[in-house]
Amino acid sequence: MQVSIYRYIPGKDTEPRMQHYDYVLPDDRDLMVLEVLEDLKAKDPSIGYRRSCREGVCGSDGMSINGRNGLACKTPVSEAISRDKLMLRPLPGLPVIRDLIVDMSQFYRQYERVDPFLKNDTAKPAQERLQSQEDRKKLDGLYECILCACCTTSCPSFWWNPDKFLGPAALLQSYRFLADSRDTATEERLSKLDDPFSVFRCRGVMNCVNACPKDLNPTKAINEIRTLLVKNGT
Amino acid sequence: MKNLRTLEFDGLIVGGGGAGLRAGLQLAESGYKTAVLSKVFPTRSHTVSAQGGITCAIASEDPDDDWRWHMYDTVKGSDYIGDQDAIEYMCSVGPQVVYELEHMGLPFSRTESGRIYQRPFGGQSKDFGRGGQASRTCAAEDRTGHALLHTLYQANVKANTTFLSEWFAVDLVTNQDGTVVGVVAIFVETGEIVFVKSKVTLLATGGAGRIYDSTTNALTNTGDGVAMALRAGVPVQDIEMWQFHPTGIHGMGILVTEGSRGEGGYLVNCDGERFMERYAPTAKDLASRDVVSRSMVIEVDEGRGCGPNKDHVYLKLDHLGTEVLNSRLSGIMELCKTYALVDPAVDPIPVVPTCHYMMGGIATQVSGQALSQDEQTNDVPVQGLYAVGEVACVSVHGANRLGGNSLLDLVVFGRAAGLHIQDVLSQGVSQRSASDSDLEAALSRISRWENSQSGENPADLRAELQALMGSSYSVFRTEEKMRDAISKLEDLRTRIESAFLEDKSEVFNTARVEAMELDNLLEVAEATAIAAEGRRESRGAHARVDFENRDDENWLCHSLYFAEDRSLRKRAVNFAPSIVEPFEPTKREY
Amino acid sequence: MDLVVNATSLSRSGLSDFLLQRVSAVVLGLYALCIVGFLIVNPDVDQIRWVQYMTSPVMLIFGTLAILSFAVHAWIGMWTVGTDYLSEHKMGKHASFWRLLYQVFVVVIVFTYLLFGLGILWRLPAILL
Repeated sequence: MQVSIYRYIPGKDTEPRMQHYDYVLPDDRDLMVLEVLEDLKAKDPSIGYRRSCREGVCGSDGMSINGRNGLACKTPVSEAISRDKLMLRPLPGLPVIRDLIVDMSQFYRQYERVDPFLKNDTAKPAQERLQSQEDRKKLDGLYECILCACCTTSCPSFWWNPDKFLGPAALLQSYRFLADSRDTATEERLSKLDDPFSVFRCRGVMNCVNACPKDLNPTKAINEIRTLLVKNGT
Repeated sequence: MKNLRTLEFDGLIVGGGGAGLRAGLQLAESGYKTAVLSKVFPTRSHTVSAQGGITCAIASEDPDDDWRWHMYDTVKGSDYIGDQDAIEYMCSVGPQVVYELEHMGLPFSRTESGRIYQRPFGGQSKDFGRGGQASRTCAAEDRTGHALLHTLYQANVKANTTFLSEWFAVDLVTNQDGTVVGVVAIFVETGEIVFVKSKVTLLATGGAGRIYDSTTNALTNTGDGVAMALRAGVPVQDIEMWQFHPTGIHGMGILVTEGSRGEGGYLVNCDGERFMERYAPTAKDLASRDVVSRSMVIEVDEGRGCGPNKDHVYLKLDHLGTEVLNSRLSGIMELCKTYALVDPAVDPIPVVPTCHYMMGGIATQVSGQALSQDEQTNDVPVQGLYAVGEVACVSVHGANRLGGNSLLDLVVFGRAAGLHIQDVLSQGVSQRSASDSDLEAALSRISRWENSQSGENPADLRAELQALMGSSYSVFRTEEKMRDAISKLEDLRTRIESAFLEDKSEVFNTARVEAMELDNLLEVAEATAIAAEGRRESRGAHARVDFENRDDENWLCHSLYFAEDRSLRKRAVNFAPSIVEPFEPTKREY
Repeated sequence: MDLVVNATSLSRSGLSDFLLQRVSAVVLGLYALCIVGFLIVNPDVDQIRWVQYMTSPVMLIFGTLAILSFAVHAWIGMWTVGTDYLSEHKMGKHASFWRLLYQVFVVVIVFTYLLFGLGILWRLPAILL
């Protein structure tokens, strides 16, 4: 197999290039893309990428794998490989810092803009706030987001307006709190979303749904927010 | 240092996992100038991987539940070298801290009455071991760590905490009075070296499971805090105590929560026998982790392992039905399908005991204040230094941690340290200064790697170290292998000290970070090796073939390892809880 | 939020824009149906019959609505496209100049269509006199 990796080291490279590595895959088992990267890095330590949990829950190693955004630690080589080639590039739509490492600050800023924390202006009870199993179920498919940015960086609307359109990940978080029966700031949250960009730049392309390594559905969450805005506004 | 940029804070927290974020939240809310410095963006920290839950007597599943029962279980689980003042504090304050998390928005699973869902976990009992299995572990499905870490990060966003994300702490800076005055750190994105000065430094750097080749730990769990402490002359306590989780996916090291057995799963050998019934007739598969792991190794050693190489056992979950699996263990379903290529609803999961948790660490008071020891074996506080979470050894886990107690440890003591530091700062601590020579020690480690011209590849040395620890310090330990490993580690030290950092670029140089992490792994490995060899008994997770029994006469105590003279000393265990009567050591059976 | 960008949006509210665009689309769709439907029902229509139909009070109002809807729909759509592609993020600091130029151009065209459309529609009854 040939692995091609996007390389760019500021101060060393004047412009980005693709570097090619030969890699012999084992016969007896499938590897994850991250395992291949770790092997290559043991030989060429200069390859830069982020990684931590290596089990698809920390969200560090989002990258473009043969043109598709995904987590390296959760993408089997057999699924990604095409004509014996594996092409690894940084997530699109964010500035590259080095090699496969992108500057995620814009992504985090959009996350922070939705006030990603519970707001409840009622007095705190001595114990926990009660929540029915039905109400808790509404958070499934929302709270599991790992902030890997695979969805947001696959979204054309985010590419065009990364500073104004919140992007699927932030909007999923926004709906996670709108949907929480314990949150009392629905009106306030909605009023912050009623501009032509934050939510309404979503065109329903659904790249986000395709890209999400946790099988979440940000488009659905965005539609729910729109429905809430319509209900709230009429 | 003329060219060294300096940042100044009232409180500096190194590590952005559960403990660091909980402490950070407390300090940020107090208004003191606080920073959380982390080598990864906080939600990438290893707390995110915790699955099963947070154990705490909130009396949801059982209205009669009592934190004293939780305390009893924890003391017994620790094989009686957990400090009872700390365990009492954790178990009694726990409910309040868990409610705080819920108020912050943690999406706990719920019971029918709308309270927090609790599941049974290993080593839990009612009525001081007399009332059968308890269900005390509060859960958000099987993603409790993820839910907890994100909730805490969100609370910190709300509190406007200052984060130094993707900053790597190289070493503590200790001045001439022995006071810790901050850290030297690298801002990884630019490679800039910065002196982060602080009145108080709190280590919350997590564990070091990566000293082993087979571990459930993240690639980033390299014991940076332990190593920094050791290099600064601060001893570490009970570092020989490493927990091997019974159910790591065979060949992958990925964790399958104990909650899967709590929900009714069990282990079988190649004959399909539910073998835990033989080893722990009462608690069976929910005996504490050290007991289950040892039983599994014995099964395999006696030829009853599963698979073509008979080197693992099976965890059976298929009888639970897809509904329970999908609603309570959906994360496990995903992990098993992805990494073990097994659908737990149909087939059993191949599992082996896998390094999971470091019970040892920096000895601290309940307040998080780091401790050393003087010649007369009195505790001496290390000025300016605190530690919480896995890097600390307060010690609530003793020789064996109970499942679900780590998340509780993080938030209870993260909060306690935050409160205490707030208190200390309010009394007006002044910033101590550091001289150039104080900084020199930390900088010399950077310059050694920077100036390396040739030598071995750090990645190869790391693999060798991990394999050595895996073969010599796993579930069962023998004198011969340990002695051999200690000398091999000495050799590794020489080689690591002359290893070669090939990539010397400035911007986001992960090779440099990994090289320094290798230094840290070595420190932790050596401490483990010497402490394990020194503790001549079997207790909790430390099982020696040559000293099969617990020796309360000589070893009902903490071990304390000092790196500068590689010596092992003893430290008394606290048997003085303030509310309840102390629990005296008895034979530990499940 | 960038006020300069928002100021040129039709309603300055994402929700209103979103609804206006959908409502105008429905109006345009229905109007198109009426015309196509009429042509299907009356395959051999002559000019008098056609003008009679178009100048019936209902169709006259409907036609006016359709032309207004066209203007609204086009402006929101073209504005959106303009703010996607002609942004500071993509083009740097001169983006607002180019975007303004583009928007003036779109306004002129839409306004021209609007005037001509209304003019033609409301002069139709005169043909019958």
